[in-house]
Amino acid sequence: MEMLGTRDVYGKTLVELARENEDIVVLDADLSESTRTKYFAKEFPHRFFNMGVAEQDLIGTAVGLALGGKLPFASSFAIFLAGKGWEQIRQSICIPNLNVKLVATHGGITVGEDGASHHCTEDFALMRVLPNITVICPADGVETEKVIREIVKRRGPAYVRLARVKFPVVLDRNYQFQLGRSFTLRKGKDLTMIATGIMVYHCLRAAEELDKEGISAAVVNMSTLKPIDAPAIVTAARQTGAILTAEEHSVIGGLGSAVAEVVSQNYPAPMKIIGMGDFFGMSGKAEELMEHFGLTFPFIAEAARQLVKRK
Amino acid sequence: MKLSREKIKELKEIALICRRDILRMTTLAGSGHPGGSLSCIDILVTLFFAKMRHNPRQPKWEGRDRFFLSKGHSCPALYSVLSRAGYFPVEELNTLRKLNSILQGHPDMLYTPGVEVSSGSLGQGLSIANGVALAAKMDQRDIRVYVMLGDGECQEGMVWEAAMTSAQRKLDHLCGFVDYNRLQIDGWIDDIKSLEPLRLKWESFGWKALIIDGHSFEEIWEGLMEADRTNGKPAICIARTVKGKGVSFMENQAKYHGLALTPEELKRALQELE
Repeated sequence: MEMLGTRDVYGKTLVELARENEDIVVLDADLSESTRTKYFAKEFPHRFFNMGVAEQDLIGTAVGLALGGKLPFASSFAIFLAGKGWEQIRQSICIPNLNVKLVATHGGITVGEDGASHHCTEDFALMRVLPNITVICPADGVETEKVIREIVKRRGPAYVRLARVKFPVVLDRNYQFQLGRSFTLRKGKDLTMIATGIMVYHCLRAAEELDKEGISAAVVNMSTLKPIDAPAIVTAARQTGAILTAEEHSVIGGLGSAVAEVVSQNYPAPMKIIGMGDFFGMSGKAEELMEHFGLTFPFIAEAARQLVKRK
Repeated sequence: MKLSREKIKELKEIALICRRDILRMTTLAGSGHPGGSLSCIDILVTLFFAKMRHNPRQPKWEGRDRFFLSKGHSCPALYSVLSRAGYFPVEELNTLRKLNSILQGHPDMLYTPGVEVSSGSLGQGLSIANGVALAAKMDQRDIRVYVMLGDGECQEGMVWEAAMTSAQRKLDHLCGFVDYNRLQIDGWIDDIKSLEPLRLKWESFGWKALIIDGHSFEEIWEGLMEADRTNGKPAICIARTVKGKGVSFMENQAKYHGLALTPEELKRALQELE
């Protein structure tokens, strides 16, 4: 299976976009090696601003650059960008609805060995609650490139969550990303799995397992968490009668919550939210942590079996 | 270049009008922040009526100098100055803080012509001013960027993150003001968390730092001229000011940080501001 680093794709895509669009500037907070904005820094040193270890200043300066007519991309690890920068994002980006692009790498628990301080299982909740912002978590490297290109075309605040680890490629190169629209990767009639990020891959694997047992599971890539594709969720609830969501994020406030907000108010159906329980991560290898916290496909398949029984 | 006597007289008259505006609009609103508005108003008047290049008929004119009110709660001062400069009708001041007003309780650039960015949550204006100054530098646009910080606001860590950026990037077209009225909401700054030695702090962060009398148009002007002359580093004018300046019973009273005058108090205050 082809593996692609979403952050690698981000770094390369930025450089390509910047060659065409002179307004693009990039800011980082001393993590340009890890976020891959170093590629941009190397080719466009005068359009790159390393703000040092100062995430709040990173956000504020990006705001000023946007007011000055630039198209700023600000990057750091997810927990530092969305966490340390949250109130600055709210006050100075979202309230004035400014054209600042926030691209966070190292989302979720696949950050691995660095442990709880560097994991980020809260950013979907933190960003999703803010008016005006678009929140996206691509399923793989293929989608990452299309997402980065798309947010440049759309005026307004955007938050994109990427990962440290490489993701299996699940989407075809010809896949067309549509902001705010989900994409059905697999059709099914017994339940619908709605996933984001690396969990799309795990849901596809789980669906294959279930298929052997005669359970037909649809798999939907919900890369845009906000604005959420409500019509697709309602259709899924109506057609399959059960919804399972999966995300590398807390079960509180993220994709599962967003989907439940739609399902419960429009077409109530049994749901199961797969994600990080209400606790912090710990050190370990990415794949070990995914298994330890019950996020891999066997756990998803088991949850799906239980869910279908509740129909 | 010195300010002429006529110009100083004119600025004094405008500042008096603005002080009256500030008190009237906050009393009409029944809330707001008159104390810190009165302490920074003389600087705002000097900027908007003597120093900055700007065009109220074209608030988004690219060649304008920029002013950022980082201490957003003092927006009655900014609103008064903007309306008196012609950005919007003076009558709008009567709608401050009311439903559907163009004048929000804290500045919002989407509501008010002339407001450069939304603010209210403290600590953020200097970073934003830096970003605008950086963009202007990249495009070789000859503009000056001004930012007004509160003294209590300087307790925010982000201010000092930003201060390092301004110096690192040698933003000598940027000039800050600290409205040093020595009072924050809960009392005297020196009793809560002192900023001293404030001038040395800014200097050690790589800034040209000046101490001025924030109610003397001559000194404000001299500070601005010194900032213009400063090369290779940003400049900050630490302005000694008086909270509630101009109204005897409001001066140096922390309680008027976020308290509007009653109609009776307003009457007394306006008599002092004849």
